[in-house]
Amino acid sequence: MPDLTAGLRRALSRLPRRRVLPAAAALVVLAGAAVWAVRPTPDAWTTEDLRLAGADVELDARFYLPADRDGKVPAVLLAHGFGGSKESVRDDAESLAGRGYAVLTYTARGFGRSTGQIHLDSPDHEVKDAQKLLDWLAARPEVVTDGAGDPRVAAVGGSYGGALALLLAAQDQRVDAIVPQITWNDLNQALVPGGVFKKAWAGYFFGNGGASALGLMGGGRGQEQGDPACGRFAEDVCKAYLQMATTGIPDETTRALLLKSSPATVLDRIKAPTLLIQGAVDTLFPLSEADANAKGIAATGTPVRVAWFTGGHDGGAGPASDSDRLKFLTAQWLDHYLKGEGEAPGDDFTFSRVAGFSALDRGLVTNGYSTGSYPGLTGTGSTEITLQGRAQPIANPPNGNPGAISSMPGITSRLSSVLSGGVAMDVPGQHADFESAALTAPVEVAGAPAVRLRAASPTGEAILFVKLYDVDANGSATLSAGLVAPIRLTGLPADINAAQPVSVTLPAIVRQIEAGHTVRVTVATSDQAFLTPAQPATYTVAVEPALTLPTLTGTPIADPGSIWWYVLAGVIGVILLGLAVLLLISRIRHRRRDVAVVEEHADTPLVVNGLRKAYGDGFVAVQEIGFTVERGQVVGLLGPNGAGKTTTLRVLMGLTQPTAGEIYVFGHRLVPGAPILSRVGALVEGPGFLPHLSGAENLRAYWQATGRPWADARFEEALEIAGLGDSVHRKTRKYSHGMRQRLAIAQAMLGLPELLVLDEPTDGLDPPQIAEMRRVLQRYATDGRAVLVSSHLLAEVEQTCTHAVVVNKGRIVASGPVSDIVGDSPSVQLDVSDVPAATRILQDLGVASVKTEGASGLIVDMNGTARSEVVASLVEAGIGVDRLVPRRRLEDAFLSLVGDNSRGSGDR
Amino acid sequence: MTTTLEAASGYKPSRTLPLWAEVRRQASRRRTQLALGFMVLLPLIVLAAFEFGGGGRDDNDGNGGGAFSSMADLATSGGLNFALFGLAVSAGFLLVVVVALFFGDTVASEASWGSLRYLLAIPVPRARLLGVKLTVAAGYSLLALLLLVGTSLLVGTLRYGWSPMGSTIAAEIPPGEGLLRLLGICAYLATTLLVVAGLAFLLSVLTDAALGAVGGAVLLWILSSILDQIDALGGIRNGLPTHYTDAWMGLLSTPVQTEDLAKGAISAIVYATLFWGFAFYRFTRKDVTS
Repeated sequence: MPDLTAGLRRALSRLPRRRVLPAAAALVVLAGAAVWAVRPTPDAWTTEDLRLAGADVELDARFYLPADRDGKVPAVLLAHGFGGSKESVRDDAESLAGRGYAVLTYTARGFGRSTGQIHLDSPDHEVKDAQKLLDWLAARPEVVTDGAGDPRVAAVGGSYGGALALLLAAQDQRVDAIVPQITWNDLNQALVPGGVFKKAWAGYFFGNGGASALGLMGGGRGQEQGDPACGRFAEDVCKAYLQMATTGIPDETTRALLLKSSPATVLDRIKAPTLLIQGAVDTLFPLSEADANAKGIAATGTPVRVAWFTGGHDGGAGPASDSDRLKFLTAQWLDHYLKGEGEAPGDDFTFSRVAGFSALDRGLVTNGYSTGSYPGLTGTGSTEITLQGRAQPIANPPNGNPGAISSMPGITSRLSSVLSGGVAMDVPGQHADFESAALTAPVEVAGAPAVRLRAASPTGEAILFVKLYDVDANGSATLSAGLVAPIRLTGLPADINAAQPVSVTLPAIVRQIEAGHTVRVTVATSDQAFLTPAQPATYTVAVEPALTLPTLTGTPIADPGSIWWYVLAGVIGVILLGLAVLLLISRIRHRRRDVAVVEEHADTPLVVNGLRKAYGDGFVAVQEIGFTVERGQVVGLLGPNGAGKTTTLRVLMGLTQPTAGEIYVFGHRLVPGAPILSRVGALVEGPGFLPHLSGAENLRAYWQATGRPWADARFEEALEIAGLGDSVHRKTRKYSHGMRQRLAIAQAMLGLPELLVLDEPTDGLDPPQIAEMRRVLQRYATDGRAVLVSSHLLAEVEQTCTHAVVVNKGRIVASGPVSDIVGDSPSVQLDVSDVPAATRILQDLGVASVKTEGASGLIVDMNGTARSEVVASLVEAGIGVDRLVPRRRLEDAFLSLVGDNSRGSGDR
Repeated sequence: MTTTLEAASGYKPSRTLPLWAEVRRQASRRRTQLALGFMVLLPLIVLAAFEFGGGGRDDNDGNGGGAFSSMADLATSGGLNFALFGLAVSAGFLLVVVVALFFGDTVASEASWGSLRYLLAIPVPRARLLGVKLTVAAGYSLLALLLLVGTSLLVGTLRYGWSPMGSTIAAEIPPGEGLLRLLGICAYLATTLLVVAGLAFLLSVLTDAALGAVGGAVLLWILSSILDQIDALGGIRNGLPTHYTDAWMGLLSTPVQTEDLAKGAISAIVYATLFWGFAFYRFTRKDVTS
């Protein structure tokens, strides 16, 4: 970790200033995007909390208006489900208001902060309340009206609210459209299907209505102190429940009350176009309820559209694909019938079927399908399945305990477990199974399967539960949506042989039964969701072999997600196209590049012209440098540290782009990566080896990287120059500095390039090795090859090179053959005992210049004066002469520019 | 020796730094060997843990929690599930680090050794150098992934048998199709890892510190993962490179959920293209100072 942070810090500190600005800009943009993403968005609606008058109660209401409406807007009366309040439909209200509707939500009487008692959507109470709300809407200036006191309005709601929508539309013709969801047709049928009391659901709801009286829900001022047994239920409703729950058989009064609260009797009066949405995972109000509503409303010619989804009172809202579809259908329905926008929605029917499970959100995956028209519960076709099984005796447990489990009323979140059959359980001895052979082809069931059974009972009566299991190859059975068909049979013989077959219509399901699965019809005596006889008894049941499965094949609704695969293909296509274009451009550029050979330099290993390198931060490493390396020359690039030698060599190797100037190698223009570099061998800025490879392996790896034939490498010669002996087989990370240096020189010489460029080649070598290296370099420069050596050591250049180029501060200060400039220079260096006196005497002698150097040193430009004369004059004047050294030209040049820095740069 | 030759005899830009040479350069490195070795070792360690740990089976009934525990519970049910478990535990971090290592180290380490300038002086064209390095890093990353899956599949099948791919929530997938799904998961993981690959490679080009490039890529990956956990960021999270990293679970569903796979692949490919594009742009223009 310290390595890591150090590395990062190094990387960061290397950010030059010109990169800081774009980086900061990018950061600001990113931060801005983040802020924009989390910014509070203004609501697309405004709300107003109200207390509105119902028929004889006060209703807690909230009125939503679209924020950006121009002119009047149509209204939606949004009713909540049983036990809910105006808060529970908030999301839907906001989404509708966002679509441009005035939405009135309210808490029904008997719930939350509304006053009054629960009358179960009674036309005399709840429905009248809703009519009052329509009056109120008509009076609102924001709402479109169709006439005086007649608002343009739709009634929308689920379950309790759905029935209200139906009943309201039947009672009040001002309603222009309705969207009832997961609601009932006949409460008698829903709560006492087949004559068997659905005690779990009924109790659940009765408990909900009672709970609000105890202050557990809402806890508002609308509460009225009531009967602890009845809570906020109206007395007649409470009585009906108590009667029904006690006996399991509703009496005349109860039946009449339930019927009054049911749309079943008033469907012919509904003229408002109706979109019926029903859930397939609903043991309270199964698909048959919506089917009855659809048939009843359509009978009078009112437009009806039906949609099923995978959800309901047991299944909840269902997967996202389903709720998206329902939202779309609702919006389409309202937009047409209220706003007059869009085509008239057809009567085509959409449904969804469970396709499997998603491991992503551990939820269900459903596929949507559509068919041209609503097929009802009998499908468009049917498949006959043959069941096998003999008549079997089954025991009815006293008081239904232990009882089989089919569904768990009130738990709406476990859609997947409900559907995967995780809940369903039969009690041994209490059920009889009748199973088919494995299916040879998948069956797409959509509708109510039908079967015939015979039963015998010693009491003449029996309550039976008939269910359809989908059994997979491993024997695990799934009760689709937990749906069962309860039947109450009377007048049964005691002997099964005397029993007459009874038709049983099983609850409608939507399911694909796969090939290889079997179908099992189970007849059970108990179910915890229903009230069963208290007396124990043993029945005998037999199921007729013929099972009819209604089938329905829909057109799959395209999954909008598949568009992303096309996007992906498009993205890849664009990238490939871009790549192809880039390749084409680079190919064209490559062909058009300057390959002309400058004839005058064609035989010159290296020509550097007016080279300049300025860095981004303004530092100028090389001002202007120009020199030539001819064949056979060993040229020394001499200069102190920081003179620009290494930068020059780096440009020469194509590592750095020059700011100005050009370089020619054998007449070819040298740019980064130019092929002509292959004729140059280099050691720049020290060796660079793969530490995990041995010296020999490194050289081999290097040569392999050139892609050139192995024979051209002259590997043995190079190894000989390296002179590493057996160490050549050790890993380079264990090498000393000098060994690495020698190996690097050997690497530069691999293939015997015509121009050899060495940066400080003797760095780290010991004196004998230096001497050897000099010989090697001098020998190398024969055969028309050339060597360019850079160094800050005067002696080295002097001894090794044939030519020298002296640079300082990015400029050339002297150049020429070493022999020319190594000769005696007109100046000498003197060490004297008395510097001031000596200076005076020397000036009298007529020398060109005298400079002091150090405490006792003098540099004297002799201007033709003989050295003997100088010494004689000084000695004569009584000044001690400790030393007199004739200077050489090169040294002069070097020292004159290096000045006082010579010591610093010379000793490294 | 004719002096007008544009290049030394036998030199061709397209023949420099052959793929095989780069493969060997990397193969001889200890970290390559360790990373690949660990890919083989990990399944064996997991197997040993399942065999000798014992305690793992006890808490089955207790928590019954997330997708991970169900995967661990099922890991011993067959070779396919064992391989799936191996992938699931490695996808989040191990594979990210390994890929970051292969891509982040490749150029930066040459720079830190000083060998990069000698490669460029050969001269290996810069774009070719990056192309070869990229290809070889991708090859090693893929090899690592396949080694992990292959070893898990092998030892898992030898020990637990060849049985359908099971899941606690979805239906069982027959072995043949299960193998295809497993390969699909590998392919998707490889695709999402392109983001790490792109990022690490870009950093590798920008810095000379190999550890900085590897660590930086992993760091940014973790940062993106953390940001992805923050719901308040809303829609901006969809643009995070790590947002769709778990989409491979869609391949365990029945039927397969491919929408997020497509989105994830788009995100990864776009990011990788941007990162690599910038890496090429930068490297072909920059002054190599190391």
